[in-house]
Amino acid sequence: MVKRFGGLVAVDEVSLDVYPGEVVALLGDNGAGKSTLIKCISGVHHADKGEIYFEGRRIRFSRPIDARREGIETIYQDLALANNLDVGANIFLGREVKKRYLGGLIQVLDDAHMRRESEKALNLLEIHFPNLTQPIESLSGGQRQAVAIARAVYWDAKLLIMDEPTNSLGVPEQRKVLELIRKLRDQGVPIILISHTLPDVFAVADRLVVLHRGRKVTEKQAADTDTHEIVQYMVGALDDTRVQ
Amino acid sequence: MLSQVWAWAFLGSLVVFFVIAIQIVSDGTVNFLTIRNSQNILVAITPILLLGLGQTFVIIGAGIDLSVGWVMSLASVLSALAIRAAFNAGLPLPAAVVAGLAAAVAGGALVGLFNGVIIAKLKVPAFIVTLGTSFIVRGIALLLSQNTTVIGLPRGVRSYGNDALIYLIRGEGGGIYFFERPEVTGALLRRMDRILPYPVLMTALVVAIAIFVLRKTQFGRHTYAIGGSQEAALRTGIRVDRHIILLYVMSASTAGIAGFLSTLRFTAGSAVIGDPLLLSSIAAVIIGGVSLYGGAGTVIGTVIGALIIAVLVTGLVMLNVQAFWQFIVVGTVVILAVLIDQSRDLIVGRAKRR
Repeated sequence: MVKRFGGLVAVDEVSLDVYPGEVVALLGDNGAGKSTLIKCISGVHHADKGEIYFEGRRIRFSRPIDARREGIETIYQDLALANNLDVGANIFLGREVKKRYLGGLIQVLDDAHMRRESEKALNLLEIHFPNLTQPIESLSGGQRQAVAIARAVYWDAKLLIMDEPTNSLGVPEQRKVLELIRKLRDQGVPIILISHTLPDVFAVADRLVVLHRGRKVTEKQAADTDTHEIVQYMVGALDDTRVQ
Repeated sequence: MLSQVWAWAFLGSLVVFFVIAIQIVSDGTVNFLTIRNSQNILVAITPILLLGLGQTFVIIGAGIDLSVGWVMSLASVLSALAIRAAFNAGLPLPAAVVAGLAAAVAGGALVGLFNGVIIAKLKVPAFIVTLGTSFIVRGIALLLSQNTTVIGLPRGVRSYGNDALIYLIRGEGGGIYFFERPEVTGALLRRMDRILPYPVLMTALVVAIAIFVLRKTQFGRHTYAIGGSQEAALRTGIRVDRHIILLYVMSASTAGIAGFLSTLRFTAGSAVIGDPLLLSSIAAVIIGGVSLYGGAGTVIGTVIGALIIAVLVTGLVMLNVQAFWQFIVVGTVVILAVLIDQSRDLIVGRAKRR
């Protein structure tokens, strides 16, 4: 995949595979091209060159909603939740369940149903909130992250992309989110994880891909490497593509 | 922005205050709590409420519509011209009145469409677009009306705008009449109360629909979502542009209904009827608890807000307070409402929006 912005090559012939049941961490310093790459995958950007195959089929997205329809869900740093709405409204936002009257002429939101389903989705991830009817602005950052994850899972995400999911969370909450990531992986959902926090990455990732100035400089099994080595790749001291 | 409990409590205490104060000032000869007065208040709030209803949706969706005042004026002129033309063309009166409603709502909707498209598609701030539109609409309304009141409407129009569902004549020779105004004069006329005039009923119907749409439909849910976070709404696939356009169409259409009702009420179209009501309608929305940042508020809140303003104005008049004081009092209440709401947030410790 190649993505250029004017003269700048943000993503330079990067190739990436993700398989069900694994967490692939995408690493790199600021400006390495991580965000651009995932935006190409999630339909926000259009790659200048390259192809995306999803479940064996070649796919193209013109808008983010196309990617979501295919089951590629992205959880952003800033969550993309409406803080003034409750948990159920958020999980079903844009895909509300309605009761139809007079042959569909009058459609009424089925809040009770959406709340029950949301509770089920949360229970599946072993998340419990005392009250699902409050606006989620009253929830903690970790709880809101959990709502975003539950939303992706409820809508049957077939690939989950998480951009800095533990940023701006307290330590216990970070641990909870990492637990969630493991749980999802164990349920067979492939995950692309972007993070700067190496301990988090090593806690959950199966495979690591490091980008440096738009190029993929290495790809390693988490078990075969360590923080020290990865940092050297991130700063450009090591590079597998360079002839030694 | 008062929470609903606060707002009800404030409205209640206002009424109690005026009942007592007016009793004292008038030595017990004037009563604030009469059927007639309550109906006067209802008639007074209908235009403010209709302008405020669409505004409620727009502001919850994190926009603002400054054009509704002049849209009401334009609609009043349009409906008067349409009724006159239709009637002169030989249509029966009811059909002519319906044509007037259609002209008012269609004219309003067109202005709303113009607002919405420029705001949503060309990304010009709503404040600027609707400010500009209000001048344009003002010009069109004055041109259409030749800067004078549109008269020459059929006489029967008056009863559409002023008749009531129930007429009650108290005391000797009195009685209760439905649907049609009894032909009485003199003492009986003075003892007659009109209860639930048709414009009030029509407004109540629009209020009921607005409550339903905002609370129970996908449209309402998406309005809150867009006001809460436009980014989140976009990412979940909500067609935000189309929704915003619809909000402004709605706002201008309810303003159109307000213009239509004023034409019925005065049997004339006026190009200056709506403008003075714009700020009152926004005040009603704010007192009623709609957040100017978007994402929060209710229709009932706006109804209470409009009632608070009407009770204040009526009460002050009955206390013989010079009319200019009304402005000072209403303005103070608007600011107090926001202050109380903010301090409530501080006390409860709720995170501030934005």
